[in-house]
Amino acid sequence: MNKKQKKMLSRIVISVILIIILNFLPVKGYLKFVLYMIPYFVIGYDILLKAWKGILNRQVFDENFLMAVATVGAILLGDYTEGVAVMLFYQIGELFQSYAVGRSRKNISDLMDIRPDYANVEGENGRLEQIDPDEVEVGSVIIVRPGEKIPIDGIVLEGKTTLDTVALTGESVPREIQEGDEVISGCINLTGMLKIQTTKEFGESTVSKILELVENASSRKSKSENFISKFARYYTPAVCYGAVALAVLPPVFRMIFLQASPEWGEWVLRALTFLVISCPCALVISIPLSFFAGIGGAGNAGILVKGSNYLEILSQTKYVVFDKTGTMTQGVFEVSGIHHAQLPEEQLLEYAALAESYSTHPISLSLRKAYGKPVDKSRVTDVEEISGNGVMAKVDGIPVAAGNAKLMKRLNVDYVQCRSAGTVIHMVVDGEYAGHILISDRLKPGAKEAVKELKKAGVRKTVMLTGDMKNVAEQVAQELGIDEVYSELLPADKVTKVEELLAVTGKNEKLAFVGDGINDAPVLSRADIGIAMGALGSDAAIEAADIVLMDDDPRKIAKAIKISRKCLRIVYENIIFAIGVKIVCLILGALGIAGMWAAIFADVGVMVIAVLNAVRTLSVKNI
Amino acid sequence: MKKTYKIEVDCANCANKMEEAARKTSGVKNATVNIMTLKMTVEFDEGVDPKAVMQEVLKGCKKVEDECEIYF
Repeated sequence: MNKKQKKMLSRIVISVILIIILNFLPVKGYLKFVLYMIPYFVIGYDILLKAWKGILNRQVFDENFLMAVATVGAILLGDYTEGVAVMLFYQIGELFQSYAVGRSRKNISDLMDIRPDYANVEGENGRLEQIDPDEVEVGSVIIVRPGEKIPIDGIVLEGKTTLDTVALTGESVPREIQEGDEVISGCINLTGMLKIQTTKEFGESTVSKILELVENASSRKSKSENFISKFARYYTPAVCYGAVALAVLPPVFRMIFLQASPEWGEWVLRALTFLVISCPCALVISIPLSFFAGIGGAGNAGILVKGSNYLEILSQTKYVVFDKTGTMTQGVFEVSGIHHAQLPEEQLLEYAALAESYSTHPISLSLRKAYGKPVDKSRVTDVEEISGNGVMAKVDGIPVAAGNAKLMKRLNVDYVQCRSAGTVIHMVVDGEYAGHILISDRLKPGAKEAVKELKKAGVRKTVMLTGDMKNVAEQVAQELGIDEVYSELLPADKVTKVEELLAVTGKNEKLAFVGDGINDAPVLSRADIGIAMGALGSDAAIEAADIVLMDDDPRKIAKAIKISRKCLRIVYENIIFAIGVKIVCLILGALGIAGMWAAIFADVGVMVIAVLNAVRTLSVKNI
Repeated sequence: MKKTYKIEVDCANCANKMEEAARKTSGVKNATVNIMTLKMTVEFDEGVDPKAVMQEVLKGCKKVEDECEIYF
């Protein structure tokens, strides 16, 4: 609690004690009035003062003014306890609000506490100096000791360590780093000393980009927030006019038409309950608080949301369009299968790796990688590369041919057609067909679950767009369980496809595009919501997307949608609950069923509950 | 031109009122106030002096909420 809040707390405690004592004192008349005025002024002097200033500034619908009118009115009608209580609870509510908002503000900024305070540079005599990261020039060498944050993006010159990236990606497994690796700012160096040559200025580094993004997220407000501010603008005046009408019309009606006594006191008291309910605070605070907590919680899971409006749109997402390479697949070629092998698989792979050992083609690289052992080129003789077909060579003196179907036809060998998509390398060993090796782009771990999770999260249709060949695309789509696939697209075609899909989506059905941020910036910005993944270190993606997944786990897409759904559910709960309770209390108050205490609940109680509900958005661990 | 200022304000509705007051100030194209981050983002009209406009914005905000502050 800050100083202001502590002062308020002591004022609240003092006036509560005073009221309790006064309740047991057998005083009557003026003395009672004077005595009750003590706690009243202790708790409410600032409200009265502000109300007075409000009158001078002609701010009639100011909460302070309304509270002052309601309490002064109650006291004049002889309801001393209620008068003081309204003021007391109003202040308790304000204190709670300020405390809760302050706490969540701090919680969330702690979550995003990735800002490095200094950078270590080596001084003239070899001693480390701490300087402001802003002052480090591109290409300088900085030192990061264990336990420190990497302040600026760069390349490791010396040292080996593990990095904690949890603050950036939400991924708790540490990352191994060694000489020559690129490192990004904001990671925490866990074990070894690092010497890093910076490749960017601090202002351009990942950590600055992320912080800038998070801080600017606030200026993009959601429809719900705009609705509430608009609602508040009309609600308070409407209830106040209602109060005036309630105080005047029924008594006048009774006098003229019923010839009954007007009962002014009763109706004025009912009108005063209206004034107490007229404060829109519960709504006005709980909605932005929910969104803020939602954005904070998502950030903690490695999902950066650029504004509450995007969280809102994301929650309505019914169509998810993926890019293939780099999004659902890893974009690297690997041996994914060995079929119809007539020899032990390892031996087949060994022959293939050796036969292809003189080639620098990506295919031969992936063969060697799959083989895993060092290749002894002296075992290979008589290498003959047949362009567009494959290679023939002698391995340990045994003739080996490795290549595509064309090579098999050329050699007149019966081969087995591969039904899987990808690049197929048929093998002939010692004149006999020995099976084939399939090389394809690997699916990302979790890609399949990601699609399933999306369906579970209420996404109606998943679509994949790719520049890749049709059979490859279709196989990947089938394996992942994606509904529709469009292949052999140029980057511009992807925009057209997304536009076609947008044309068929309903009014409240949103379309999200997920890409890796490379070459798909136009599509990211064309979709209702653009999600860039694996964006660590890619400025273009961070810029173009509305939501940024810091690592490249496709499961995060579903998680982001679930977080947004939870956030919006809480927002709606709060809107309905707060407006509902207020309307019920207004009706009951007008009928004389609910009195001042119900009004206090409708004002303060509702706010406390709404704020507590809003804070729930922050927890995103189990969704 | 868009600029972001740090503000101080206690209640959420007051923040809304500040936003409205800022929007009504001449020279201001659009303004948003965020109670959670305590920031006011002001988009100025072409060719105005932000400092002078912000003086007016602060005056307008003080009128609707006495206990607010804008740092510029």
